[in-house]
Amino acid sequence: MTAAGKKFLSDWLGGLGRFGLLVHESVASLFTFKVAGRDLLHQMHFIGVKSQSVVLITGAFTGMVLAAQTYFQFHKINMDTATLALVGVSMCSELGPVLTGLMVAGRVGAAIAAELGTMRVTEQIDALRTLATHPVDYLVVPRLLAALLVMPILTVEAIAVGIGAGYIVGVFLLGIDPAYSWYNLLRYTTVADMSIGIIKGVVFGGIVASIGCYKGMNCQEGAEGVGHAATEAVVFASITILISNFFLTLMLGKLLHGT
Amino acid sequence: MIEVRDLKRSFGPQPILNGVSFDIAKGEALVIIGRSGGGKSVLLKHIIGLLQPDSGQVVIDGEDITRMNERELIRVRRKFGMVFQGAALFDSMNVAENVAFAFRRQPQFTAKEIAHKVAEALDMVELPNVEQKRPSELSGGMRKRVGLARAIIYQPAIVLYDEPTTGLDPIVSDSIDHLIRRVTERLKVTTVVVTHDMRSARRVGDRIALLHNKKIYVTGPPEDIFASTDPVVRQFIDGVADP
Repeated sequence: MTAAGKKFLSDWLGGLGRFGLLVHESVASLFTFKVAGRDLLHQMHFIGVKSQSVVLITGAFTGMVLAAQTYFQFHKINMDTATLALVGVSMCSELGPVLTGLMVAGRVGAAIAAELGTMRVTEQIDALRTLATHPVDYLVVPRLLAALLVMPILTVEAIAVGIGAGYIVGVFLLGIDPAYSWYNLLRYTTVADMSIGIIKGVVFGGIVASIGCYKGMNCQEGAEGVGHAATEAVVFASITILISNFFLTLMLGKLLHGT
Repeated sequence: MIEVRDLKRSFGPQPILNGVSFDIAKGEALVIIGRSGGGKSVLLKHIIGLLQPDSGQVVIDGEDITRMNERELIRVRRKFGMVFQGAALFDSMNVAENVAFAFRRQPQFTAKEIAHKVAEALDMVELPNVEQKRPSELSGGMRKRVGLARAIIYQPAIVLYDEPTTGLDPIVSDSIDHLIRRVTERLKVTTVVVTHDMRSARRVGDRIALLHNKKIYVTGPPEDIFASTDPVVRQFIDGVADP
């Protein structure tokens, strides 16, 4: 192996080790450290309330596009009334959680990495440590807990808005029969689909917050370092969401659908 | 109170500290001088456990802190206050919240008591009525004073200063030096100052240590250091560049 290859492997393994330690420290702290309610509420507001518009718009237009595309294909084989059933299942188990995760990764992951990165390069994290405060307790745990709590809520919102918007497009714009649409939607969209969406929401929330915090707390010096940390937080979180989604789909499908 | 024993630290292949040893007695004010990039701030960060050495020991009140983990260090760090070169104020908080940070989540103090302590600490650093200002609204000298108020509000036994007068004009630098001296004497704290400002070193220190070639080259009272005929010491005091 070349020297560059060895360095890449060593950096990659080192990074993975540091990320593992951060996650371990955070989870341990989550169960032993009493998070200040004010810090938690502040983060819930930042991650949850301020992500409303981006999540709702994404959910609505995804549901609308999905309904239109599905109708165009199903209409060819006279399955118009199955359109909403497909929209429902897709939004619940895949598109709702994944698109919410990706949008929150873009908005929140970058912001967390930039904020913590700036704190690192201006020695604010060192100042926290000198004031006898563990940075994981004060900076990571409230963000992680807030993301774990609000992401499933955001996911459910995206699903509901997506299905609603798909219904409006299907019924009022494309003329699908509303009664059969509802019947098929409720028949084929199960509690298991909704549960899969919610569980994925929790996992993706954890991914966005932990990668954002890790990138911020380990960012390089200077403005360029902070910029890199923010970019990498979005890229790594997005890729991790997409990869983990595949394994979650297989695992949760087996577990909840029993197939 | 503080013992540093044969401290060695490298960043990558570059050695920064190579066998640094010295002691600091309780209540003493030690000034560590040396060239920019010579490892003074790195040394200071080892004393409070922000960095861990490759080898050697830092002993605080009989406890070796170099092998402690971050959670064990929290207990030791309660003895310390630290003033950073750029003040390192939390920019998401106002001055009062910054200064009161150490009392966050300490239910034994009421909000009124904390406000009183904040006002006292700000009075001590001669910065009254700035509680509601944001760090971005303060000048460099004011930020350092707020950083000092934050470091002394819980009355630590040891206060560390990283380049306290760097970037300040001579008049503000003088006032900061007087402030350090006053805090040392009034609160009876052990003081460690890292600086390359020789005027400041003379005013603040009971003892001066010169960090040269990754080791402590010489220590002594300010008058001895300033009267030294050693060429290395003289070069630093007189500010003469290498030929």
